[in-house]
Amino acid sequence: MTYIPHSPKERDEMLATIGVEKLEDLFQAIPAAHRYPALNLPAALTEMEAATELREIAESNETTNELLSFLGAGVYNHYIPAAIDHILQRGEFYTAYTPYQPEISQGTLQAIFEYQSMMAQLTGMDVANASHYDGATAVAEAVNMALAQFRGKRKRIVMSQGVHPQYRATTDTYTQFSGLEIVSTESSLGTPDALMELIDENTALVIVQYPDFFGRLYDYTKLAEAAHAVKALFCVVANPIALGLLKPPGEMGADMVVGEGQPLGIPLSYGGPYLGYFTTRSKYVRKMAGRLVGESVDSRGQRAFVLTLTPREQHIKRERATSNICSNQGLLVLAAGIYMSLLGKTGMRHVAELCYHKAHYAAEQIAQLPGFELCNAEPFFHEFTVSCPEPVADINAHLLEHGILGGYDLGQDYPDMENRMLIAVTEKITKDEIDTFVAILGEVNHGH
Amino acid sequence: MDIKLDTAPKIVEPTLYELSSPGRVGVDFPDPDVPRAKLPDALLREKLPLPELSEVDVVRHFVKLSTFNYSVDSGFYPLGSCTMKYNPKINEDTARLPGFVALHPLQPIETTQGALVLMYQLQEWLKEISGFDALTLQPAAGAHGEFTGVSMMRAYHRDRGDMKRNKMLVPDSAHGTNPATSAMTGLKVVEIPSDERGNVDLGALRAEADDTLVGMMLTNPNTLGLFDEHVEEICKIVHNAGGLMYGDGANMNAMLGITKMADLGFDVMHYNLHKTFSTPHGGGGPGSGPVGATAALADFLPAPIVDIVEEEADGLPPLYGLVTPAKTIGRIKAFHGHFGVLVRAFTYIAMHGPDGLRNVSEYAVLNANYLLARLRDTYHVPYDRTCMHEFVAEGRWKDAPDIHALDVAKRLMDYGFHPPTNYFPLIVHEALMVEPTETENKDTLDAFADAMIKIAEEAHTNPELLHDAPHAENTPFGRLDEVKAAKDLILCCWLPENYSEQEQ
Ligand SMILES: Cc1ncc(COP(=O)(O)O)c(C=O)c1O
Repeated sequence: MTYIPHSPKERDEMLATIGVEKLEDLFQAIPAAHRYPALNLPAALTEMEAATELREIAESNETTNELLSFLGAGVYNHYIPAAIDHILQRGEFYTAYTPYQPEISQGTLQAIFEYQSMMAQLTGMDVANASHYDGATAVAEAVNMALAQFRGKRKRIVMSQGVHPQYRATTDTYTQFSGLEIVSTESSLGTPDALMELIDENTALVIVQYPDFFGRLYDYTKLAEAAHAVKALFCVVANPIALGLLKPPGEMGADMVVGEGQPLGIPLSYGGPYLGYFTTRSKYVRKMAGRLVGESVDSRGQRAFVLTLTPREQHIKRERATSNICSNQGLLVLAAGIYMSLLGKTGMRHVAELCYHKAHYAAEQIAQLPGFELCNAEPFFHEFTVSCPEPVADINAHLLEHGILGGYDLGQDYPDMENRMLIAVTEKITKDEIDTFVAILGEVNHGH
Repeated sequence: MDIKLDTAPKIVEPTLYELSSPGRVGVDFPDPDVPRAKLPDALLREKLPLPELSEVDVVRHFVKLSTFNYSVDSGFYPLGSCTMKYNPKINEDTARLPGFVALHPLQPIETTQGALVLMYQLQEWLKEISGFDALTLQPAAGAHGEFTGVSMMRAYHRDRGDMKRNKMLVPDSAHGTNPATSAMTGLKVVEIPSDERGNVDLGALRAEADDTLVGMMLTNPNTLGLFDEHVEEICKIVHNAGGLMYGDGANMNAMLGITKMADLGFDVMHYNLHKTFSTPHGGGGPGSGPVGATAALADFLPAPIVDIVEEEADGLPPLYGLVTPAKTIGRIKAFHGHFGVLVRAFTYIAMHGPDGLRNVSEYAVLNANYLLARLRDTYHVPYDRTCMHEFVAEGRWKDAPDIHALDVAKRLMDYGFHPPTNYFPLIVHEALMVEPTETENKDTLDAFADAMIKIAEEAHTNPELLHDAPHAENTPFGRLDEVKAAKDLILCCWLPENYSEQEQ
């Protein structure tokens, strides 16, 4: 009984205090026919055996440590400073609950407050909440917030196809019973100008991504103005690393900036747990879902922090709450906060520039290969699209034989983008590695 | 509480912004090894007002903050409905194995068979534990699992062309996420009262069980810590009306190897891996809320789930992959779930096996009943019968009229304990919801019971001790001015106004 400390004697004393003879006596309320079912599970392992078994399972994967990876598509392999995990592994942080008791939770509360501050300033917005589950659910919550803003009277959402396909799919799931119409341009590569034409008086929200899923960068100021002209809200899904270098969506007129915080010091970990971040303008703060930490004072005259505006939340408002969210991504908020404070304004810009330069070098080299063509006419950040001479799946199979994880196959989600590969380059990739990648890509066109 | 201050508040630990100094950086990166590309001038940002700190500044700051926190690692945390059991250290190590953390979610499945096998196994184990036929690991937390399950219930009725169903029944003892989830999926919420034994009131249930019913959300054991004595009858009434039973599995820590929820009549249920299966709460998350379903609902599960896509043949192991159920409600988040949390839960179940899991529930229930036995003469327990993994007492006495549950909670901090949950369930006045979990020994439980009994005495003899709690010698901070926080709405901080002038 690994984590159960009772000796038989203690157990018997406790049973006697309760006034029963045996443990079974405590379960009389359970229907007898269904009590103590057999559980067909493997017998227990000791810690030593479990450690070995888990190591073997883990080692049977081929990871981005062994493979040279150009895969991004919403999840990016950045360098994670060592200090982050050392701090996360403090039991005082990771074994605490939600900070509902502020007298004994100021560590978590101040860390969230600082995260909220950095996130708001990175995006150019007024306030950030204490997180959603991931980028996809943050987008779905942005849609819900816009619907609530118009009390369900506006039923149209204009959403760029450049928003991550999985975020759009998640939004579809969240809104499938709400009678909503989500519209986009016909072409996958619709421009902001084309989106503008879809905005009407029934539009609650216009939502775009920055850089978009194909890596493209646009100044969305005019699109925001068009949304505001019909009083619709404007939301930008932004990559936080890009914001170390680029004009923040807050300066383009965004009412909400949301997205995936994974690039801020959170490991790939096969898809999670990550961090949904959510920022907005002060005037919408009461409409925003999720927890919020505010500054106050304690009874001893000390500055202290506390969860605030809780009447928006499910434990107070129940069926009238802004969302059902309860547990969020607390520990990942801490990771992102530590990441941003270690890098600071200099490091955030430095990493962003490294990504930018390396991606542009890779793009130029690939564009010179016969049969390959760079599809990004607009500026891009650290990810770009190339059209390939062969199906992406075939090229990636060839790359994998050489220990390389190729880019994302856009044809999976976009029927008009067959043979197009989305390639991501972060600061971790060296010039030599890019050259190797390009050399092996170059073999493709000659047949293999 | 309204606190009047003559002077500026004392700063115990400065914020990162107050610690910032121009020119510091906590981590260096190399210069580019490629030619510099032209930056997009029109799109560059002018200012980036983030703090500047060295690594040692950052580490000391966060270590200092950590000392302000109470945690399971530092002491007893009997927070009802949250299952704050010990979080085994080995789980932290396995979740951080390089073979797991360095995996990109979009890698070809041929390179991620280890991760997929682990997920497949965990699906099988969780199905077996509650008797379900199919399961998704994708939901990010309990509430997200509720959203998943309720969406599946709606999709099931829609698929049968039964479009008039728009009503969800929720007991008055339910957690706030249950009604909030129902409302989020567009349903009308009807509250069902509890009877005097803390069960669902069957008369009220029958009166609402009509052909507009989507179903019912039931936590069992319920939030009073009681196993509903009519649970099979409840499921029958809802099923006879054509509805489905949703199980909120927040309280599964009492049920492992004790009974299977599907056998009792539940159609769909979420687990909380961050409660029952010992994954840490992380100061608010991440959680993980896998959802199990019966065969009738299996096709509606969110996409993707893990399955065998090529059977084992010619001495080759089977190939595991990601599949989309036939009538799926769709995707509920990006990728395939909180994988890092799944590794921890997998490790935990592997180290328990069938007998170990049953022990978990037996001892969780033993500990709760022991505390109940020690406290019921001092604290009124409105629904007093054998409890499961937790019980709910009242933190009030007729002859101590100024004392509230909150005061008892805050006084417990003086004694070095985390307080029980004290705003929930709503049907108990001044609720103190106590969940000790199985990982606490008898000495700890006795010390807690002694403190609770002492506090009850203080409530009568020296109530100020409770009103002023916690005291400065015991906790780093006192009670918070919540009204001020909501009025001032200071939700972020900035670098000082003259910050850039500090630059040389
Ligand atoms: C009974 C009950 N249901 C649902 C939830 C929500 O779970 P989560 O916080 O994982 O979303 C909780 C959380 O405390 C709970 O106690």
